[in-house]
This record gives sequence, C-alpha cells and structure tokens, in this order.
Amino acid sequence: MKFADIVPLLQLEPLVVIDDLDYEIKTACGCDLMSDVLAFSQEKTLLLTGLTNPQVIRTAEMTDIRFIIFVRGKRPQEETMELAREKGINLYMSPKPMFECCGLLYQAGLNSENIRQI
Amino acid sequence: MQEKLILQNKIERGDFARGGETSSKLKELLRKLGVPSDKSRRITIVTYELEMNIIIHSHGGEIQAYISSEKIKVVAADSGPGIEDLEKALQPGFSTADDEVRDMGFGAGMGLNNIQHYSDDVEIETGPGQPTRITATVYL
Repeated sequence: MKFADIVPLLQLEPLVVIDDLDYEIKTACGCDLMSDVLAFSQEKTLLLTGLTNPQVIRTAEMTDIRFIIFVRGKRPQEETMELAREKGINLYMSPKPMFECCGLLYQAGLNSENIRQI
Repeated sequence: MQEKLILQNKIERGDFARGGETSSKLKELLRKLGVPSDKSRRITIVTYELEMNIIIHSHGGEIQAYISSEKIKVVAADSGPGIEDLEKALQPGFSTADDEVRDMGFGAGMGLNNIQHYSDDVEIETGPGQPTRITATVYL
C-alpha cells in the first residue's frame, strides 16, 4: 500500500518528511527492541515503535528502514528529529497505541515481514 | 587491492549519545567506495552491534575497518573487563545489560548472535578480566 493511505488510517502527524507520500510500503515491523530490529529485520520495511531516542534512527540507518512511526503519541526529542533529517529518514507520529496501529495496518492488507529464524 | 585501513575510531564507555557514529561513517565510506548495499548493510549492522557493545559493556575501546578486493574486515578491541562466559553470551536472549540500556532498546541478548549471523567469519578473543578483541569479516 502507499504511505499516503497509512496517514489517515493511523491519524499520522508528519515530523520529518523526506520521501513522497506515494512511496510503496510492503511490510511493517512493530518493535521497541532495537536489537531485535537489527536481528530479525530483513527487508526495507516500515518500523512502528514506542522508543523515541536517536538510537532508533541509527537502527533504521543501518537496516535501510526509510519510514518510522512513533506510536502512543510519543514525540521524539529534537536530537532524534535532527538525526533523521541528516540521514534522510521519514518520521511520523500516531496518537494510537501499538496494538491498534499494527491491527489496522494488517487489516488494510499490509503483511508482516519475513523474519529470520534463530 | 591490498588490505587498507579506511576507518579508525575511539569509542568511549557509556557514550550513548554518539553510539552509531562509527558505523554510520563506515556506511558512508562503503557507499562512496561502491560496495554493494547488501554487503554494506551486513557489515554496518555488525559494526553497530560491536560499537554498542563497547559503549555498554567495556571500559572503552577502538574500532578499525579494513577493505581489500576480497573482503571488509572490522576489528573491535576494548580494554576489558572481558566476557565472563562466552558460551552463554553467544546464546540468543542472554544479556548482562542493565535497565538503563534496556530502556534504550538494547540489551536484548542479540548482539553477539547478530554479529555471528551477519558476518561470514568471526573471531572472538576474550576471557574474564581480559581485553576483548572481535574480528568480523564480510567477503565481497
């Protein structure tokens, strides 16, 4: 689905906008553990997280994630947004909780990404 | 091409604010050198884990990255205190990190496992009370 369709669905507020809204999103990953994102994420995916520190941007940078949605209305600190601008990573915020965000995306046809087995 | 040192960075203990800077620099260098993105992604994830390990667990250390026509090699060396039980530390989910580290999304016990998974070759030299030196290689 296009990222433009996700904006009204999750009532997203844009924080850092780099890419066009018709960017095609195929999979998503909901995770607060950055180690697990690094461990399991295998595709260029959309990350939903409740963590707002700059390490989230670093994790996205290393794993080639281009879109991050902060759930539960958590606004990241300026330092996090500055790093995202510098690294070209899109940031959005949803007032909805993680469970609802993931449920709505799944219902709308977005797939969970294929994670590796350990 | 002979092996060439392309990056050398000191990493301070507890310097979370700068965590990831070294890996980020490496990623940028590899992009400029035209390294394929899948290889670059693997070695920068490895470097990021190595970097965070030095910040979280060690007294401080250094990361060096080398490139040749065959491989990218990253060496992470710290000044201790060493890994108490390496076999346990390699198990997915095992961690000695504290709550502050976990609050930042790390310390899930996947670091060394990740380093092994994304590298083609890993050498770990460590022991209780000793420095740790990890050499990770991704072949081009």
